[in-house]
Amino acid sequence: MKNNTVIKVEGLKKSYGSNKAVDDVSFEVSHGEIFGMVGPNGAGKTTTIECIEGLRKFDEGSIDVLGYDPQKEGSKLKPVIGIQLQQSQLQEHIRVWEALDLYSSIYPKSTDWNIILEQLGLTEKRNEYFSKLSGGQKQRLFIALSLVNDPEIVFLDELTTGLDPQARRAMWNLVRSMKDKGKTVYLTTHFMEEAEKLCDRVAIIDHGKIIAIDTPSELIRKYSHNERIEFTLVDDNIDVDLGGIEGLTSFDRTDNRIIIYGNSADLTQKVVNHLTEKKIAFSDFRSEKSTLEDVFLKLTGREMRD
Amino acid sequence: MKSLWKLTVIEFKMFYREPIAMFFTLVFPLMLLFIFGSIYGNEPTPFFGGVGFIDTAVPAYSAMIIAMTGLISVTLIFSSYRETGILRRLHATPLRPQTILSAIMIIVFMLTVAGMVILIIAGKLAYGLKFLGNPLKMTIAFILSSMSFFSIGFVLSGVLKTARAAQIASNAVYFPMIFLSGATIPREVLPEHLRTINQVLPLTHVVNLLRGLWVGNGFTDHIKEIIILTSMMVIFLVISFLTFRWD
Repeated sequence: MKNNTVIKVEGLKKSYGSNKAVDDVSFEVSHGEIFGMVGPNGAGKTTTIECIEGLRKFDEGSIDVLGYDPQKEGSKLKPVIGIQLQQSQLQEHIRVWEALDLYSSIYPKSTDWNIILEQLGLTEKRNEYFSKLSGGQKQRLFIALSLVNDPEIVFLDELTTGLDPQARRAMWNLVRSMKDKGKTVYLTTHFMEEAEKLCDRVAIIDHGKIIAIDTPSELIRKYSHNERIEFTLVDDNIDVDLGGIEGLTSFDRTDNRIIIYGNSADLTQKVVNHLTEKKIAFSDFRSEKSTLEDVFLKLTGREMRD
Repeated sequence: MKSLWKLTVIEFKMFYREPIAMFFTLVFPLMLLFIFGSIYGNEPTPFFGGVGFIDTAVPAYSAMIIAMTGLISVTLIFSSYRETGILRRLHATPLRPQTILSAIMIIVFMLTVAGMVILIIAGKLAYGLKFLGNPLKMTIAFILSSMSFFSIGFVLSGVLKTARAAQIASNAVYFPMIFLSGATIPREVLPEHLRTINQVLPLTHVVNLLRGLWVGNGFTDHIKEIIILTSMMVIFLVISFLTFRWD
């Protein structure tokens, strides 16, 4: 294990009957990074995270988290990690502050939960019953509960599922602030955009296997065209030769509409310069970067769907 | 210990914030007491071995309360906590299963005690209830009986997969048992063939133990009941630890 490795998974396998939920998965997570496991529902994300957390028994392989074996040393591991589950509940009539107070009391060491409440914007809701909270508030409370012991690693399973876009962005900022405090964050999501915007490193999982693992920008560079440019030629029957542009990987013309793919960072600049130089008039110019969504499409041949 | 205390306080609050859950447990036995009390009164009669109807009904109804809280309340709380994911969330912490089991046991025991106390007060005020036994021995028997029935509840909720199944099973065990064990209908009035069934029901031993101690018997008169209830408690507690599931 490298010095700063906090999670090491090797050859993890877990089946439910004949269904191989996790099929020979290996990876490492370093201290202080936001690591994301992304993939469609049923790909094996939750099974993997729950094996690492020590909540689920696995069939084969080995897992090391902060030097502990989660299956055998759960009682030593749980005090130093924080867990937000994909699905869980609290008692209907427990108040927000009571839940925090209770969960703090379970840990040998805990931080002042009033500060966490403040940070998560739940101070006004401290006397509210759990059942009266909105979906986003419940989610924030579960995050607060995962932080009461000031954990070294925070596990967030489907953090933003069911939240509106605004609440989702607020959640991202929250995760970034955890990283700023020096915590390692391990999250799962089926939103490619979330993984791309939030994670330092991403593992793409499909049918129980990791099909790619790297930083989001590196994955896009490796597995997809970096950039897609589209424009329409104003004049008919004009020849356009973009072959000399460095980093251009494909060129497609249908009538006057031109679509270009490339993987150079300043491709747009180069294309515009080229067109201006040759005095070629163009309109309706659009340029967009590839996303992890495109990477998934490229790797699996299908779209990510919920 | 800190978490056991906090968890117990929280569970207590859950009960008083949803009082409807306690209503039946506390009120149903009282209802029986007044209905049958108004029919039979509490005159001493040789039919009940020289004491009155109420003097036998209060310990018998206490047994019914124990069956109700043990089989129904424990099962309901535990299986719904499991099904909704409350236990799953607790499992993500270092909390040990015995802490949550103990907290629920303490709260349900308090509810059981409350049921019995209300019954005693009502019996005393309305019918001049007499207690001929030893309070300490009575308390010990009451605790033993409660624990043995709570452990049945834990096993039921642990073995059955859904809250719905656990609820149906606990009702299926509870209702025939309270009528055939002598907890509601005195064993003296049961016909011969029902008395045979009566002998194999766990609740019968609670009824006999509590009724016996109430009229002044000693532990030595109830060795059989004590052995059976203690073994039930030990066996079912072991099973409930072995079959314990967080989800």
